[in-house]
Amino acid sequence: MADKRKYVIPGDVVTTGPFRPEQNTVLEGNKIISTTIGISEIYDDSVRVIPLTGKYIPKINDLVIGKVNSHTSLSWELDINSCYVGFLPAQDVFGRDFSAHADELATKLKTGDLVAARIANFDRTRDPLVSISDRDLGKIDSGVLMEISPSKVPRLIGKKGSMIQMIEEATDAAVTIGQNGWVVVSCESPEGLLKAKKAIQMVNEQAHVANLTDQVKEMLDKKGES
Amino acid sequence: MGGREATMVLMDENGKRCDGRTVDEPRRIMIKAGGLKNADGSSYIEFGDNKILVGVFGPRDVHPKHMSDTDTGILRVRYHMEPFSVGERKNPAPSRREIEISKVIKEALEPAVMLEKFPRTAVDVFIEVLQADGGTRCAALTAASVALADAGIPMRDMVAAIAAGKVADTVILDVNNEEDQAGQADMPIGYMPNLEKITLLQLDGVLTPEEYKKCIQVGVDGCKLVYELQKKALNDKYFGNKGE
Repeated sequence: MADKRKYVIPGDVVTTGPFRPEQNTVLEGNKIISTTIGISEIYDDSVRVIPLTGKYIPKINDLVIGKVNSHTSLSWELDINSCYVGFLPAQDVFGRDFSAHADELATKLKTGDLVAARIANFDRTRDPLVSISDRDLGKIDSGVLMEISPSKVPRLIGKKGSMIQMIEEATDAAVTIGQNGWVVVSCESPEGLLKAKKAIQMVNEQAHVANLTDQVKEMLDKKGES
Repeated sequence: MGGREATMVLMDENGKRCDGRTVDEPRRIMIKAGGLKNADGSSYIEFGDNKILVGVFGPRDVHPKHMSDTDTGILRVRYHMEPFSVGERKNPAPSRREIEISKVIKEALEPAVMLEKFPRTAVDVFIEVLQADGGTRCAALTAASVALADAGIPMRDMVAAIAAGKVADTVILDVNNEEDQAGQADMPIGYMPNLEKITLLQLDGVLTPEEYKKCIQVGVDGCKLVYELQKKALNDKYFGNKGE
């Protein structure tokens, strides 16, 4: 029974019995019903559906790529490709001794800048609070922004990061993947950049195909020879 | 019900209807999921001679802001008929009828859509009727449900809809334009097939209690047929026919 995968659409009964409904499922009577289009999975005692479509919903601790929308004298507003705007307080960038008159926010981050950020806090009552005070976070200076469907991010990362590692190794590119579906690719060589972009595009378009990793590898190898 | 053409024969002696269908036979139905690039979700339905396009946006910011609800998301539906969708040019401004249909479709979708997951947001459904031939509200509701699923908005169940009715003292499934104009009753039904709940029920005409029960039964059975086609449309788009 474990790991029995099924294609489901909203309303489909995934399973009945003593399972815990998780991601994208609800318990209705004794039936566990899928709430989205996706692939259902049964793990031990829990059931979940991996969505194939839908917008990004922030989750605490997610790494996201944000674009600065605007700022007030106390905070920035980031577009995080979601139905909510990311809220980045100035203290996070300037430190504890931030003062609203002395420091000008536009000196650090301007409208249109890209940042790698982490969702620090989010609940249904307030907009997500993001933070850039950590390693690997902060303003992104170079690279190309790509948009993929947020539901395909796990596919791009692959099992334990296998897919993205392979792409990075084959092209010498550095890829930052935001859980919100925004991906920044930077690479010294233009060929590597093009190849990495093509690979990411391929994952985005063919996320449902089995053994995609092999196909992407094949594409990367072939391109390398010519 | 005007009885526009009193001489029109809605059912012949063999039990065939004016367009050659049997009493419990729906019109030809074709549903396609997706198709619009700029909408988050979309669908297109051909329900007999009805042609309807639906686009869904959201969840997204609510504008104007005062409409937003801190406890839950809101659903907004616009049902609109193109000027060329009917025989004589229809004024494109929203009519009384379109405002009402927008409202009933919204209320028929609300039990299925899990809006409480997205407080302070809105889900917008835009329904454009390109060609109308009776029963557009059912076709629109069916297509809207597919478009919402395509947009990835969490739903407890799909909503399928079809009309039952009465012509020549017989209960029929899927009332077409002629039967709607000259028939005795028209009852659109929206139904959630897995939860077995009715979300839309309207009745125009007079039925006896027995006929009413029969109409509901015929309608619900019809909705199950429509549901299979919704399922097929989504399977075709997402699983390339591999789904069940």
